[in-house]
Amino acid sequence: MFPLDQLALGQKAIIESIETDFLPLKLIEMGCLPGNEISLLYLAPFRDPLYLKIDEAHLAIRKEVARYIMVKPLMDD
Amino acid sequence: MIKNINVALIGNPNTGKTSVFNALTGLNQKVGNYPGITVEKKHGSCRLDRVTKARILDLPGTYSLNASSMDESVVVELLLNKNDLDFPDVAVVVTDVENLKRNLLLFTQIKDLEIPTVLVINMSDQMQRKGIKIDREKLEEKLNTRIVLVSTRKNSGVEELKQILVDYRSISTTPILDPISIDQNYFEGLSKAFPNQSLYKLWLVITQDVNFAKLERHKVPDTAQFKTQSKSYLKKLQQRETIKRYQTINQILKETYQVNRNEATDLRSKLDNLLIHKFWGYIIFFMILLSIFQAIFDWSSVPMDFIDTSFAQLSEWTKTQMPAGILTDLLTEGVISGLGGIVIFIPQIAFLFLFISILEETGYMSRVVFLMDRSLRKFGLSGKSVVPLISGTACAIPAVMATRNIENWKERLITILVVPFTTCSARLPVYMILISLVVPNERLLGINYQGLTLMGLYLIGFLMAILSSSILNAFLKSPNKSYFVVEMPNYKLPLLKNVSLTVWEKTRSFVVEAGKIILAISILLWFMASFGPGNNFSNAEEIVSQKYASQSINEMELENKIASFRLENSYIGILGKSIEPLIRPLGYDWKIGIALISSFAAREVFVATLATIYSVESDAEETIKSRMAGEIRSDGSKLFNLATGISLMLFYAFAMQCMSTLAIVKKETNSWKWPMVQLFSMTVIAYLSAFIAYQILK
Repeated sequence: MFPLDQLALGQKAIIESIETDFLPLKLIEMGCLPGNEISLLYLAPFRDPLYLKIDEAHLAIRKEVARYIMVKPLMDD
Repeated sequence: MIKNINVALIGNPNTGKTSVFNALTGLNQKVGNYPGITVEKKHGSCRLDRVTKARILDLPGTYSLNASSMDESVVVELLLNKNDLDFPDVAVVVTDVENLKRNLLLFTQIKDLEIPTVLVINMSDQMQRKGIKIDREKLEEKLNTRIVLVSTRKNSGVEELKQILVDYRSISTTPILDPISIDQNYFEGLSKAFPNQSLYKLWLVITQDVNFAKLERHKVPDTAQFKTQSKSYLKKLQQRETIKRYQTINQILKETYQVNRNEATDLRSKLDNLLIHKFWGYIIFFMILLSIFQAIFDWSSVPMDFIDTSFAQLSEWTKTQMPAGILTDLLTEGVISGLGGIVIFIPQIAFLFLFISILEETGYMSRVVFLMDRSLRKFGLSGKSVVPLISGTACAIPAVMATRNIENWKERLITILVVPFTTCSARLPVYMILISLVVPNERLLGINYQGLTLMGLYLIGFLMAILSSSILNAFLKSPNKSYFVVEMPNYKLPLLKNVSLTVWEKTRSFVVEAGKIILAISILLWFMASFGPGNNFSNAEEIVSQKYASQSINEMELENKIASFRLENSYIGILGKSIEPLIRPLGYDWKIGIALISSFAAREVFVATLATIYSVESDAEETIKSRMAGEIRSDGSKLFNLATGISLMLFYAFAMQCMSTLAIVKKETNSWKWPMVQLFSMTVIAYLSAFIAYQILK
């Protein structure tokens, strides 16, 4: 388990836990919840912001927020 | 007897809510503002059947009722206030078939307000391609509402929606989530304190304070004791509410919604691979900007030339049809030339908004935000600032208003303060005329010098915006952390109807809003130029004739001398002359001085002013441009030479020559402090750069 900003590009993972006090509610509303699948689709230069697919939603967040989302990578299928 | 009902359209951004609104109302729509705030209010009307008419309100896009921006709080405010004239009889929640789960979060919240709520599943034509199957009857049963599958692209489902709206009373208003299940202790306490009240509504009233301290309270019982809970506790409850709602939704969708991903075609990743590529993405973005500006310059020149000559002819024709006199002069020299000064810029504005709305509609604008966020953040801007900064190329007023979706106050304030540096369409007329006067219409390697100059001016405005934002970033203090969550919508072909309505609405508002000021000032200027105080003005003919009596000059020349003398002694001449010492180091004469003063109302007035000044002074059939080209200084050299032209362009690039922008900034920042800071610093920057440019180039 490690923070989302360290996930490899193209890698899929499961959201394990989130440090809710630092996370905007909007992110949770967009499906960023423990148990949901997350994958890192694209990175802007300097790995920031991150373009993610969380559950069915596609969204971009900054590295500073991604640090508070803990993920467990899935093995490639 | 016609029955009227209120319908509110609610939905997440990017669900095609506006397309549904456009499909229902067509051209029967109005865009205004909510009183006291600058959130755009769109409403329209629609005949549902022979006896029912709907007043449809298109509410700002929101992801949930837990508002975190002013746009979103408008939705909550309205839905909590039964006494509001706009309070809906029936709500329509518009969702996107592909993001149904996330969209249903908002739906369950609206439904819990006990308002009849219809669910529209939009973009249903995409279902097969995306491999989506929905059991509509079962979903209707589970959500306890009526569902319509709509495709605005295929124009299907809209009639069915109208029928359901007519019959809105038959829709159940039973809530979906029981708040007690979020936190038993808290909500039971709330229920004891306020029996007979909807718990969910109470909860919204309490939490809106958490998110939005300035929100005006409506007549809801005193909730003070429930606010004593710490903010982070309330925030946790909000999160728990969200999680509960998702659990319910997941349960429902498990039985009613299926996606077969193998059937899905992946246009998104193909386009994203290219459009947000670390190298090509930026090149493509730059190329898009470049081609937009070249196109605006080249394509609009044909209709503009046509408008130019048409108004000159109209003015001439009117003169021959009416008896000579003060009224004819007012009409031909004040009104018609003023109108011409408005109409001529329609082509450019329409083209620019055509491009901007296509970029928005296709979903490309979000990719721009993604590409630009990090580089803009360094200057204290948000990736979201790109949209206001690009909209600023049309007009600073909607751009300042577009900053509303930037949650962070500091980033938002900086964006508001620097947006007026971007080249707005009101500067275009000034630039266009100056460029065509002082820059040769020649090509180098197929690139037109004039187009290149225009692009340079856009760049200079943008660079100044960036420079000043990094200065502001160092000086302003931020009260809270930045939240940046941007949805990356699917790529879509733009809908012609949406694009054309945007172009129509923006052009119309330019003509009506800016046009009013331009026309009023044109007439005022005509008056100020046609009348003056004292003997010099009223006896101009006599004085000039006597002066030149001994010299042999023809009648034509004498007439021009009289007109010129008269203008010098008119009210406006006196005003312009009084500022001449101040602007002479910039290369301007008193006539330009007059234009500078009057264009404070709106930059484009500069051209209309010169048109009025010169047409009053000499033959009206000459168009503005050739009249300006013929203007000479006392030493015989051209007034509009390269040095003066560049100096003027720089002045207009940097000066806060727009009182409407100042007014909107005052409104958005809620104080006169920021518009005054803007006015002062921008004027200083403009004066200094124009001064330096003229002194070097002259």
